[in-house]
Amino acid sequence: MTDVTSLTAAQIAGLVASGEASAAEVTRAHLDRIAAVDDRVHAFLHVDTQGAVQAAEAVDRRRAAGEELGPLAGVPIAVKDVLTTRGVPTTAASKILEGWRPPYDSTVVERLRAAGTVMLGKTNMDEFAMGSSTEYSAYGPTNNPWDLGRIPGGSGGGSAAALAAYEAPLAIGTDTGGSIRQPGAVTGTVGAKPTYGGTSRYGLIAFSSSLDTPGPCARTVEDTALLHSVIAGHDPRDSTSIPQPVPDVVAAARLGATGDLTGVRLGIVSEFNGEGAEPGVMAAFRESIEALTKLGAEVVEVSCPNFQYALPAYYLIAPSEASSNLARFDGVRYGLRAGDDGQRSLEEVMSMTREAGFGAEVKRRIIIGTYALSSGYYDAYYGQAQKVRTLITRDFESAFERVDVLVSPTTPFVAFPFGSRTADPYQMYLSDLYTIPTNLYGGPAISVPCGLSEGLPVGFQIMAPTMADDRMYRVGAALESAVGTFTPPAL
Amino acid sequence: MAAISRDEVAHLARLSRLAVTEDELDRFAGQLDVILQAVARVGEAGAGDDIPPTSHSVPLTNVFRDDVVQPSLAQADVLAGAPDAAEGRFRVPRILDEEA
Repeated sequence: MTDVTSLTAAQIAGLVASGEASAAEVTRAHLDRIAAVDDRVHAFLHVDTQGAVQAAEAVDRRRAAGEELGPLAGVPIAVKDVLTTRGVPTTAASKILEGWRPPYDSTVVERLRAAGTVMLGKTNMDEFAMGSSTEYSAYGPTNNPWDLGRIPGGSGGGSAAALAAYEAPLAIGTDTGGSIRQPGAVTGTVGAKPTYGGTSRYGLIAFSSSLDTPGPCARTVEDTALLHSVIAGHDPRDSTSIPQPVPDVVAAARLGATGDLTGVRLGIVSEFNGEGAEPGVMAAFRESIEALTKLGAEVVEVSCPNFQYALPAYYLIAPSEASSNLARFDGVRYGLRAGDDGQRSLEEVMSMTREAGFGAEVKRRIIIGTYALSSGYYDAYYGQAQKVRTLITRDFESAFERVDVLVSPTTPFVAFPFGSRTADPYQMYLSDLYTIPTNLYGGPAISVPCGLSEGLPVGFQIMAPTMADDRMYRVGAALESAVGTFTPPAL
Repeated sequence: MAAISRDEVAHLARLSRLAVTEDELDRFAGQLDVILQAVARVGEAGAGDDIPPTSHSVPLTNVFRDDVVQPSLAQADVLAGAPDAAEGRFRVPRILDEEA
């Protein structure tokens, strides 16, 4: 048998279902791979060896008993460390939650367990999902398997790197401004942000509640769709969860894989004209457009004049919500408490705890959010950003009257070397130029590998209307059928 | 002109319950100024009084559920994650000044 770590999730599930491989041996192979390479990649913050082996053995027992197994039963998965896992450490890559073992599972994790997937462990990320490189993790960065001296993207760099390094065939990320798609792009893997409200936020440690969206990551579009269908769907425990059926993303991916896009209209955003993007990224994007045209797609240029304000609006809205959400880290109910000498007041202990527990980027965003929400500045900053959000939504709605999906590069630049954007935080923010509009609108978007620039992966982004997640899977799978998948050099 | 001064950053840090150091104040003041000048561009979008704000992309309001008692977390499980607990409660530092 070939090395199971090189197989897709669909292939692994097939082997487990037919009995050609046990879930236990598949899990052991991935744990061995992690042991062999993760000291160099550092995709994981915590590997749950015992929990993984037990979950795999449970799947094998269920199969032996003749039970019906789901489409991903026995497939190992890595979960971003921002989703709570009962009894398994969950830190959001912050010192303020070091050692915390949540008393409950997030809905996404609960559904993964119910589907028989095998959680290998928790992946590294920028602290509280604030960043584009994992350099803001309190536990050190993740290294990109394509070049260990470069960033794996962020905030979900650990999940993306685990896939690219063949440590796991599936992973979960969360996308607030691009944290699934940008890591996917720079690691040559697939990452999808579902429609906001399409996946549950219950048990997701909140960064920006009106934007946070859990989603699937994998090495192929079909695997991503399979995982999407397992985690998505209405959850009464999340009041912003959409009470509608999940679009059939798996059927859409399989339809797309046939390579026929006849009648599908792709919109290119005029305002994303390549300004500030690397020439190699734009070249790969244009070649992909050509490939999709050959499959029958029609290409239309559409104008979204307010997209230029998306980045400023996002960097007001997200920090504002974060400054409120992160108030819960007060050193009382969970995590770190610093400076409690029996003499200091609650307020002093709280301030010392937050100072000791949060990293620089988290502090910057809390301060910006506090500023944008303070009286006297509210109208000019937060209030104005919310109006821009309306304008961006209108841009999407009018574009989708003319086209089925919008397409763009996922990120303006390929994986950059460590340290090259940390001195000026705004330079880091520019990573999200193309991903953020979708978050403000609430629609779904996917990043699919489309080529290489100077030997490093480039991502192609497909944005679809709200609750039309199936469309992006169809186009994504068609692109994959035309350009193939991309494998990094051996580690 | 700077969008934000070092003193303002210090004030916001206090409001945010962050005991930031002098070094951090020096560094953050410049960085936050760059960020705030960039995000102030939202004012150029020409979104006037006729444009309603969007707080949320889901067209749902007032989501109700039936008033049915559901199991809740065990007290011991919740307190196990607390930095300090006593007598079935979270133990906190003093919240009132000592009475004379």
